[in-house]
Amino acid sequence: MITEDTAENKAALMGSGPVVDSEEAARQRAKKVEKIAGFALPIGLFVALIGFWEYWVVAAEIPHYILPSPSVIIAKLFENLPSLSISWWTTFKITVGALVLAMLGGGGLAVLFTQSRRIEQALMPYVIVLQVTPIIAIAPLIFLYIDSHMVRVLFVAWIVAFFPILSNSALGLRSTDHNLNDLFTIYGASRWQRLRFLQLPSALPSFLGGMRIAGGLALIGAVVAEFTMGSGGNAAGLAFRILEASYRLKVPDMFAALVLVILTGVAIYLILAWVTWKLLHKWHESAITRE
Amino acid sequence: MASEIMTSPASAGGDTPNKRPLLASLRHVDKVFGTDVVALKDMSLDIHQGDFISLLGPSGCGKSTALRIITGLMQPSRGKMHWEDPEAANNLGVVFQEPTLMPWATVEKNVYLPHKLKGTPKSRVQNDIDEVLELVGLDKFAGAYPRELSGGMKMRVSIARALATRPRLILMDEPFAALDEITRQKLNDDLLHLKSKINCTVIFVTHSVFESVFLSDRIVVMARRPGRVIEEIRVDAPYPRDLEFRTSAEYGEIARRTSDALLSAIGDGDDH
Ligand SMILES: Nc1ncnc2c1ncn2[C@@H]1O[C@H](COP(=O)(O)OP(=O)(O)O)[C@@H](O)[C@H]1O
Ligand SMILES: [Mg+2]
Repeated sequence: MITEDTAENKAALMGSGPVVDSEEAARQRAKKVEKIAGFALPIGLFVALIGFWEYWVVAAEIPHYILPSPSVIIAKLFENLPSLSISWWTTFKITVGALVLAMLGGGGLAVLFTQSRRIEQALMPYVIVLQVTPIIAIAPLIFLYIDSHMVRVLFVAWIVAFFPILSNSALGLRSTDHNLNDLFTIYGASRWQRLRFLQLPSALPSFLGGMRIAGGLALIGAVVAEFTMGSGGNAAGLAFRILEASYRLKVPDMFAALVLVILTGVAIYLILAWVTWKLLHKWHESAITRE
Repeated sequence: MASEIMTSPASAGGDTPNKRPLLASLRHVDKVFGTDVVALKDMSLDIHQGDFISLLGPSGCGKSTALRIITGLMQPSRGKMHWEDPEAANNLGVVFQEPTLMPWATVEKNVYLPHKLKGTPKSRVQNDIDEVLELVGLDKFAGAYPRELSGGMKMRVSIARALATRPRLILMDEPFAALDEITRQKLNDDLLHLKSKINCTVIFVTHSVFESVFLSDRIVVMARRPGRVIEEIRVDAPYPRDLEFRTSAEYGEIARRTSDALLSAIGDGDDH
């Protein structure tokens, strides 16, 4: 080691080039470790857990109808793929439909509230009642009053998903910079200009935060809706497949459908996170990666 | 009250504040918040074209309130905000203590805002925008977002935006208070340079004696509880002012007098 001088050391000794002291070197090492750990840890843990699960099921000879091993679940997933993908499409349609409706309803209501304090005062109590009522408890009523299966399911999923969008958007619309607000007044901005050029852009980050929460909730809503309303005789969704499999004690089938539900949830989250990044990364602090 | 003190014989050859045409004036303005907070008491102020007026006083003496009344964001409780030419009231430039930029818009779009809200297409004012950006030395940053800029640069954008519509009157509420001393002095120099170029009227709120003496030709000293004008000090040193003025005996003398006025303003209040 005595004869081995690194390039940096030589440069430092000669008084030129970047001087890398031990603290800086340690910091750079820590940064590298941090970066690798960011994806290596979750993936490593995932592989370890799956491996342990597989090993444990085989070693303890746990029967498939209690707990299937990952390999059996994957095999089942591919075996059932044709019918599962139809079910997935149904669930996906409901989820995305509910999310879009929640976006329009929640965002629209939030805009309405900022335009008229009176409307907000009048409607807010009902919004809160809708939010705090357990959806399961009113499911039978919805079943009774709404004829179309699709409308029922969408309605349930919408109720579950829309509140975070409404409350986040309303908060965002209200928290515009008050000096900018004054500036718009001084420059004689119309109500529409203030909304379009000040309030909506200010609210975008919190609106998108609401969307990310609502994305997960819409999926939950779609699953809950099908649990409570049944499949409606048409193409059954993933939730119905889980229920059906459980009645028949086909546990691997249950897990296969469950895996698809989880993957869908993760995919929705990732897409919304990507959209958020796309829209905000140029200007918003939350979307900026600092050194 | 409101005693006028002439610092030195008019040195700027004819163009002294009281010979310039009147632009606007506050006339015996009171502003009361709630029932007992008297933010302004009988404030009168004549604003002449080309004036650089500093409002100097401890915090809470109604400086911002006076600006808000001039901009029309607030109505006086009593008295009147008078405009010689009502057109000038509809074309104001405003700079706040914070840069107050839209973070989602580029520098150029931020500067375009006043025109945009007046419905002028961007292509029609592109030259003006380029010009003000060049004036504040940010022409290379037209496409940058505010978060990419330093505090001083953001303030320059804010000033460029205020200048964009070539307003007759520019109101600045402690614009450099949050900046470090070096940036602040640089911006003071640049502000004077800008003013000489575009020939506008400035009302500048500050609580820095030195800033007010360096920048203005009239220093209006205010006291609080109730907020009121206690003294007006005239600075007749000619523009352009530079480092030489900052170190001159005249500057020191006016600064001392202004400090005294400010001290008595603080002493006048019933608490601090
Ligand atoms: N919107 C308001 N409502 C009630 N009181 C206010 C309001 N704006 C200002 N004040 C009060 O008026 C006084 C003067 O305030 P301001 O003009 O902001 O002073 P300055 O800008 O000189 O610090 C202060 O006592 C402040 O608390
Ligand atoms: Mg103030």
